[in-house]
Amino acid sequence: MSGATLNEERVSLRTRLAEKGIDGTTLLILPGIIFIFALFVYPFCYGLWLSFQPKVGGALANYEKFFSQPFLYNTIWTTMRLALPVTLINLLISLPIAFRVRLMRNQRLLTTLLILPITLGTVLVAEGMIFYLGPQGWFNRILLTFGLISAPLKLVNNYWGVFISLVITGFPFTFLLILSYVTGIDPSLEQAAATLGANARNRFREVFFPLLLPGLAITFCLAFVQAYSVLPSAVLVGDPANATRVISIAAYQAATEEYDYPMASAIAMIMGVTQLGVVALVLALRSLVYRGPVAAAKG
Amino acid sequence: MKSPEFNELRLDTIRREFGGFNALKGISLTIKRGEFIALLGPSGCGKTTALNCIAGLLSLSGGKIMLDDRRIDDLRPEERGFGMVFQNYALFPHMSVAKNIGFGLRMRGVAKSEIDRRVAEAVNLVRLQGQEAKLPGQLSGGQQQRVAIARAIVIEPPLVLMDEPLSNLDAKLRLEMRQEIRRIHSSLGSTTIYVTHDQEEALSLADRIVVLREGEIRQVGTPEDLYARPADVGVADFMGYRNRLAGKIVSRDGATARIDIGGGELVGLLQGSFSGDAAVVALRPEDLSTDMTGGGEAGSFGAKVTAIEYRGSEFHGLAMTDQGTELHFSSHHRHGVGERIRLRGMPERTLVFDGAKA
Repeated sequence: MSGATLNEERVSLRTRLAEKGIDGTTLLILPGIIFIFALFVYPFCYGLWLSFQPKVGGALANYEKFFSQPFLYNTIWTTMRLALPVTLINLLISLPIAFRVRLMRNQRLLTTLLILPITLGTVLVAEGMIFYLGPQGWFNRILLTFGLISAPLKLVNNYWGVFISLVITGFPFTFLLILSYVTGIDPSLEQAAATLGANARNRFREVFFPLLLPGLAITFCLAFVQAYSVLPSAVLVGDPANATRVISIAAYQAATEEYDYPMASAIAMIMGVTQLGVVALVLALRSLVYRGPVAAAKG
Repeated sequence: MKSPEFNELRLDTIRREFGGFNALKGISLTIKRGEFIALLGPSGCGKTTALNCIAGLLSLSGGKIMLDDRRIDDLRPEERGFGMVFQNYALFPHMSVAKNIGFGLRMRGVAKSEIDRRVAEAVNLVRLQGQEAKLPGQLSGGQQQRVAIARAIVIEPPLVLMDEPLSNLDAKLRLEMRQEIRRIHSSLGSTTIYVTHDQEEALSLADRIVVLREGEIRQVGTPEDLYARPADVGVADFMGYRNRLAGKIVSRDGATARIDIGGGELVGLLQGSFSGDAAVVALRPEDLSTDMTGGGEAGSFGAKVTAIEYRGSEFHGLAMTDQGTELHFSSHHRHGVGERIRLRGMPERTLVFDGAKA
């Protein structure tokens, strides 16, 4: 008798768990969780702990040092000055292209071409830029030949070098995300707006844009985080001593040149907090707009 | 602000191709102000294509569309100013009911107070009082349908286009909304073109029905015309003539003829001219019923019941003659499967078409 009761309880527990969406399949997320712990949670916690163990001074000495030296705290501004405009520019370029591609029959070819840079990697793009955009590069030679400029434009080894490199490598990512948001909007909504008298501009302003806004916010956050952690192009096509001394360079130098791991950890924490601040602000703004389904509502 | 009135909308041999496929093969039709027109046809017949061409959502491959003496087929949809109700409603999911309904007025630059007044009027007309602040996602299917209709008519369009607006609703709601659509049409005095594949909807709503098939107009007429006098077997099929039996003319007597349908004979009215003896008989199940009293009378013949189903007011069944001709019939009795019955058609409702053309 007791065996039967036990069995019933076991069945009912399993049923109760299944109703909450927990069953055997749930175990499949275990490898993922292990990875997240091993590669993110543990290093993060260790780094946080390490940042409060400075080589000299009290627990907060690393943070005090960072915010008292312009050489260090200016890197936040330098990084923002790159990441924010680059992210915005990529959004602004991707949006009209995505709107055009949406109407095309043969999307695949163009999409493949547009996402090609993502497969190249930062270093190859940087190398190409040095050859093509450098003082002796084709770009400047062509402009000089046609007399459009009298001296070569300086497009690498400064702010603009990193800027261009980030636009090139960040665009495919931004474009693909935005394309999926744009094509997700039910085309009958645009047709309805048109029959109600809305011209192309109003259709965008009144229908597409509000429905895209939440997706644009997410895209902005992801693209921004990518651009904010820029390191290779800041060194290769930038001016790593001055104009493009981004925050990751500061962390890199602390770790590999000064062998000050606690300081590098503190910089990494500051980097995380500052980009989290931007992301949180964007997501907070996102929560103020409509975030429901973008299909034509159906009962 | 009243939308420009018009006297007639004329479709002049309009054509539309999709990459070599002829979806519309030269349709001509004149629609008068105040009419309720139903475009009826099976899926793929071009009815939605025709509607989209009128709305301006599709460009024409040929022909022209005239609103009185104004050619409108080169105008963009936003310049035509027709109201359109979409099959999936296409309500703006991020706008409240009131915002959705007022959208067309806002696009026309109507003053705020005027918009509020007219939206309130439209909300009353479609009986959605108290729902103005809700988002479409919070409404039931029927309520969304009403919003879609209110949004299309609040701009007082000269022409309201409806693309199968009831196909996503359940049967009971469909009946209710059908009456609602007719009520709104009459109370506004608007002109409506209504696309449907449901003959019952077309018959009950329309002043005139246009039957389309394979991109061509097969028949235009009042519901009564089409119901009693379908122009060909295809239209008859759509009007509920479930029996379409190939047969041979045995004898003629003026406008009536006796047809051998294989295992039985039916008397019917000859439709149009005939090039030979081949005929197709079209007959509704309700006009072919069992005759239990007589045997061997003229116009009655024997058959075996193969299926029977209850339809509330009567039974509908399937029977087979000795020579294998299948027949849909009706009866007031529940016959057993395999039972032998005698069937009799109503000659004045039996239509005989030329078998060579069908």
